[in-house]
Amino acid sequence: MKLNDILQEKKSSIVKRWFEAVLESYPEDARGPFRRREAQFANPVGFTLAEGIEGLFDALLKGMIPDTVSAFLDGMIRIRAVQDFTPSQAVAFIFRVKTLVREELGDAVVSDRGMAAQLSSLDAIIDDLALFAFDIYMKCREKIYDIKAQEARNMTFRLLQQANLIAGNKG
Amino acid sequence: MAKFPKPEELSNIDFAPPRKGWMDLPVEFKPGMFCHGSKPKSLEAVGFPNPRDWKPADADWKLPENWKEIIIEGIAERLRKYRSFRLFMDICVRCGACADKCHFFIGTGDPKNMPVLRAELIRSVYRKEFTTAGKILGKMAGARELTLDVLKEWWYYFYQCTECRRCSVFCPYGIDQAEITIIGRELLNLLGLNIEWIAGPVANCYMKGNHLGLEPHTIVGNLEYMLDDIETITGKRIKPTFNRKGAEILFVTPSGDLFADPGTYTAMGYMMLFEELGLDYTWSTYASEGGNFGFFTSNEMAKRLNAKLYAEAKRLGVKYIIGGECGHMWRVIHQYMDTWQGPADFLEVPKSPITGTVFENARSTKMIHIAEFTADLIKNNKLKLDAKRNDHLKVTWHDSCNTARGMGILEEPRYILRNVVNNFFEMPEDTIREKTFCCGSGSGLNASEDTDLRMKGGLPRANAVKFVHDRHGVNMLANICAIDRATLPPLMDYWVPGVKVAGLHELVANALVMKGEKERTTDLRGEPLPGLEQKEEKAS
Repeated sequence: MKLNDILQEKKSSIVKRWFEAVLESYPEDARGPFRRREAQFANPVGFTLAEGIEGLFDALLKGMIPDTVSAFLDGMIRIRAVQDFTPSQAVAFIFRVKTLVREELGDAVVSDRGMAAQLSSLDAIIDDLALFAFDIYMKCREKIYDIKAQEARNMTFRLLQQANLIAGNKG
Repeated sequence: MAKFPKPEELSNIDFAPPRKGWMDLPVEFKPGMFCHGSKPKSLEAVGFPNPRDWKPADADWKLPENWKEIIIEGIAERLRKYRSFRLFMDICVRCGACADKCHFFIGTGDPKNMPVLRAELIRSVYRKEFTTAGKILGKMAGARELTLDVLKEWWYYFYQCTECRRCSVFCPYGIDQAEITIIGRELLNLLGLNIEWIAGPVANCYMKGNHLGLEPHTIVGNLEYMLDDIETITGKRIKPTFNRKGAEILFVTPSGDLFADPGTYTAMGYMMLFEELGLDYTWSTYASEGGNFGFFTSNEMAKRLNAKLYAEAKRLGVKYIIGGECGHMWRVIHQYMDTWQGPADFLEVPKSPITGTVFENARSTKMIHIAEFTADLIKNNKLKLDAKRNDHLKVTWHDSCNTARGMGILEEPRYILRNVVNNFFEMPEDTIREKTFCCGSGSGLNASEDTDLRMKGGLPRANAVKFVHDRHGVNMLANICAIDRATLPPLMDYWVPGVKVAGLHELVANALVMKGEKERTTDLRGEPLPGLEQKEEKAS
């Protein structure tokens, strides 16, 4: 029994539940509007998260192509890095898929001896994904502080330039 | 030492936030989501009540003892004074059309950022104090007592609304949430509950004529610095005049254009255009602010600051005023100025000295937007333009909330853009024109300490820019608002790296072929013009 085949078969159910699991981190009144998957521009949070979840799941099935995973993960984490989450809350959704996969497989399959090794490798990939997500999260937070520093600099740049304290484009 | 949860406790974590009614969830002040409180000296400068040192996150806000009375009386006074406010307190049917239209709700998912709920914050108190049903039935009728927690909630969420009015476009009753926020902020100001990012500029503008507090010699110095750059680029030395009595036109622009990039390139653009036309205009170093942060404080304060523009126009004896690329300045002029102090009969109806066009739309305010002025010049074929000079740019257009929804300037900038750039791509339909998304930093929220809020609020705008960036390679986001020029660059930096921000007249001036200019090799930013990159390299 190949894990990948089963996951492929159960993809739509797992992806749907995984997306719902992400939505659970938002207030209940926000989940309805965030569920509107078709609204790419009216609902960037829900759209990006839904698209990201599906993309990540495909990556788990087909092997991690760094550029693809990076694009999906970046979109999702960039949003969650500025929302009201602690660092762990921002990336916690990645781990949720482990439980969801096991629930979808059912006890009989999970306890199958041949399955243990396959599940273990899947877990390792998911762990990698989470570490990768945390790197992106940190980059995003660093960017926010960089932006703040840059804004402070911009406010004084022209003055310093005029006082000949900074070499500007006038050399 | 903190107690660590046991593994079995950890596995039982409920990921869902607690389910409670909105009235039962007290406000939580989250870092990055609010601005510093107003300083006493800023409030004292304009005679505002309760100047004192205070911090929004502190429990004690140092309010006067009778604060509740002041607020309730304040509501009563405004219900008598503004029919709109009275109507907006009563007519909402909670249909939910506005709920998911606010950029702050879209970005945060915080239900209290739904316009309907933001309005309920104040409506609930209105019901309790001013309606029979609310007095008798209390919570059942959606009414609640005004408590300190409620007041704090008001402060937190009325300074999480940019008064952009996107929600009002979708409201079947036309309820203008910005008006509710404006009144909410007015009430808070009765207790000295402002933010310093607004109170400071208001005091500066009142004392010195502009938000940044630039004094006359600094204004002249800053512009002269730009004139040096213009000379380097075009070979032409421009000599604008300041505070000149008898000039035909007073030109006023937001002071941000005089101070920080990329606004300064826009200011260079204005001066190059006026020079080419030989326009009889003057800058004023006293009325040196097109914006009006008073508008984010109270109607009265907005009126006091707006009056300064007209007093200066009268003192200089100009015929009319041209205003630069500013957002809320135009909502003030278009929707409020005439009620406050119009008609400005001592001025003349604006008439372009170049084309003879009479701007009937400004018959009463005597003030026209530079986009109207320039579009008319191009329409009448009065400018020689070489759009190829902007060929290194792929441009999209951000409709600023105030000029688009507040005034209807939708076509003029697009017409200008199509004449000065060859690569112009619109963002998706639901994100432009009347339905444009706010930059997330308007109405005085463009501070540094609330960057997280700004990034969340700016997400829907940035998301649409990302779409045209990915699809068409768009690398320039053009607009006509100084707050946009200040706040969209960091927004792009976070969400869509590679997209820069420009004012419309920077792009006009890039394309403008001036009489007697030398062959240009760079644009206004000193970047090599298309096709001249190698020449530039050789020269260096």
